[in-house]
Amino acid sequence: MPTSLAQTLIVVPAFNEEAAVGAVVREIAATLPGVSVLVVDDGSADTTSVVAAEAGAEVARLPFNMGVGGAMRFGFKYALEHGFSNVIQIDADGQHDPSNVPALLAALEGADLVIGARFAGAGDYTVRGPRKWAMRMLSRTLSRTAGTQLSDTTSGFKASGPRAVALFASNYPAEYLGDTIEALVIAARAGCRIVQVPVVMRPRAAGVPSQNPIKAATYLGRAFLALGFALFRPIAPAERQLNPS
Amino acid sequence: MSLTAYILGILAALLTLGLVIEMMRRKRMRERHAIWWLLAGTLALVIGVFPGILNWAAGLFGVGAPTNLVFFVSIAVLFLVCIQASSELTTLEDKTRSLAEHSVLLQLRVEELERRLGANGGDRSADTGSVPPAA
Repeated sequence: MPTSLAQTLIVVPAFNEEAAVGAVVREIAATLPGVSVLVVDDGSADTTSVVAAEAGAEVARLPFNMGVGGAMRFGFKYALEHGFSNVIQIDADGQHDPSNVPALLAALEGADLVIGARFAGAGDYTVRGPRKWAMRMLSRTLSRTAGTQLSDTTSGFKASGPRAVALFASNYPAEYLGDTIEALVIAARAGCRIVQVPVVMRPRAAGVPSQNPIKAATYLGRAFLALGFALFRPIAPAERQLNPS
Repeated sequence: MSLTAYILGILAALLTLGLVIEMMRRKRMRERHAIWWLLAGTLALVIGVFPGILNWAAGLFGVGAPTNLVFFVSIAVLFLVCIQASSELTTLEDKTRSLAEHSVLLQLRVEELERRLGANGGDRSADTGSVPPAA
């Protein structure tokens, strides 16, 4: 089986997540024994890196904050350099359930990029108002670009196969919303096959997502700006496989 | 135009040109960034010395008031310089990001090597202290 757990790197981007990251790392290790976990500490000011290292993860500390996209691109680079075939992103806030990873890996057999989607049947995650319309419009446009039905385009829970890893190691965007919307467009336009797998998202360990209408409108505007530019850019080339030592 | 205004125009152009050339000489500004300032300074000097050229050019482009041509060209130059600066800033940010990634990859390799050395009974007196080695 080519997409085995041993060839998979779990990347956990973490920015000031000392309260949650330890439990997330331990849960991954307990649910998926033997898997490699890389916590990318995105320039945190707290003890995120210490907590993650104590929980048993490999920790990379970025010298300054680069955003989720920047942290993930580092994860893809690391995976290329250390010979991992697949990369799975799991957020450090405990929203993503590691027990879904085998389902994502199984779907990776027939695809280059697998999205753990919230609205695809499982769970009862709901959003309302303009944010819902924005997400719906985004998923409609992106479904057309990707040539497949995508219902949750802003999910961070993603599994990337070898082709997507090579592509993302040099092209994963660091801009706002780039790690979700633009990354999907980059993959689709580079010819990657994208599928989605229904997952259940848990409530965040801390903090509540805002329903402020002004913020929602800003989100909508920025999302469509990101989408527009992503569709307008030249198609990205993949990075060569690196083989150190 | 009074004589003092004439002299002021020439002095201002000379000062700008002198500043840009001196910064280039001291390697405080590279040619690719200085080119617009050099062009603008030279243009200002030529027009300062021969104000007739401005009137002639304004007539040529159909601009009623010659001073408006001066404003138009000045704003155009500032615009181009700003766009170039923004573009260079983006390039620099990309390079900084790549360097940061590269340095972290190297740091992880150094730590891995130190760990292996430590496991072989090697004496490690100096630790980077950034990340505690895994137990």
